[in-house]
Amino acid sequence: MQLILVFLSAALVNNLVLARSLGVCPFIGVSKQLKASVGMGAAVTVVMVIASAATFAIFNLVLVPFDVVFLHIIVFIFLIAGLVQLIEMFLKKYVQPLHKALGIYLPLITTNCAVLGIVLLNIETFSDSILYTLAHGLGGGIGFTLALTLFAGIREKMEKNDSIPKALKGLPITMIVAGLMSIAFLGFAGMITL
Amino acid sequence: MADSKRADFSLIKKGILEENPVYTSALALCPTLAVTVTAVNGLGMGIATTAVLTASCLLVSLLRNVIPNAVRIPIFILICASFTTVVQFLLQAYLPALNDALGMFIALIAINCIILARMESFSSKNPALNTTFDAIGMGLGFTLALIIIGIIREFIGGGAFLGFALPEAFPRTTVLALPPGGFFVLAFVIVIFTKFRDKFFSGKPKPAKVAVGGGCASAKACPSADCPAKDEGGSS
Repeated sequence: MQLILVFLSAALVNNLVLARSLGVCPFIGVSKQLKASVGMGAAVTVVMVIASAATFAIFNLVLVPFDVVFLHIIVFIFLIAGLVQLIEMFLKKYVQPLHKALGIYLPLITTNCAVLGIVLLNIETFSDSILYTLAHGLGGGIGFTLALTLFAGIREKMEKNDSIPKALKGLPITMIVAGLMSIAFLGFAGMITL
Repeated sequence: MADSKRADFSLIKKGILEENPVYTSALALCPTLAVTVTAVNGLGMGIATTAVLTASCLLVSLLRNVIPNAVRIPIFILICASFTTVVQFLLQAYLPALNDALGMFIALIAINCIILARMESFSSKNPALNTTFDAIGMGLGFTLALIIIGIIREFIGGGAFLGFALPEAFPRTTVLALPPGGFFVLAFVIVIFTKFRDKFFSGKPKPAKVAVGGGCASAKACPSADCPAKDEGGSS
């Protein structure tokens, strides 16, 4: 039960993009088309779950026993970068169609602060339980995908709208829409208290 | 490109106005939105980022003939992450309150896209002095961007000005201090900034389109020159 709460809290209440302001760049950058945003969301979710497990292992088996926790930023960044490379090679060799769908989004994830953010949050809050870590990672990924896809749907409609004031065209109106979505997600606040 | 042999002070101004990393390139939005609840937090984040930016760009510039081209990105990230760790320790030791307020976002300086974009597009091709000016300009531009957003959000959302509380009668719009407020304030600051810049720099035509499709993700991930998001630092 607690696991489901952790998952829902990461996905909705503390939504990475809309409540924690993490991963805003891909949220703004890759949300022009619905199809691309689904691909990006799926890629981020996969990397986030695997990275959560991998950083959990490295943190508890290497960094803590050898007393080098202060290196965690550097280690995690390279771990994520390496993971992304590995996943890409694996998909390319064994799961061609998936590689075609996710391939171009994978390299973008290396410097995605949502992924690094979630693994840093993991070791802050759930450094003693792999199950909670995984639930948190999965929830974060699903929440990111949810926000990204909803936002892309709105932006696709917005493209056809000619009545946007000239000064607001482009980045500003995108920001305002994101702000309105963020207000909508504020409605989840207080629903789950951990 | 300006004569790369000479010190070029205009690089500082360029980072603050013409190519402000937040307002024109939409880089590093995550710290911009997350920490600007108060102006002081914005200032702290800006200075921390500027310090990491200047130090890592300088190092990249000094090593630019040594770093092999094929592995330059991992090396850039390594340099940046090392300086971030140093800054995090300094903050933990001397400014623990600020460190707690900024939290995880100090660690996230390591993958800040402004830093990676500057290292990739400017420092790795230019001598140390100009790199320093460029880094300081970009850092100041980022800091100012954060302070302006921070002041507005603190004033309207939190009912305080630079940490001093306003009288109780002053209306507070709390939503501006919450995550949505960051998006709203940034949107309107961008509109005003673009107007202001176009008015004062109309002599120099700028690309009218802001890099909406860009952002952190593509700042690093497309090394090729045709990447639309990467700003052509130093080549204007």
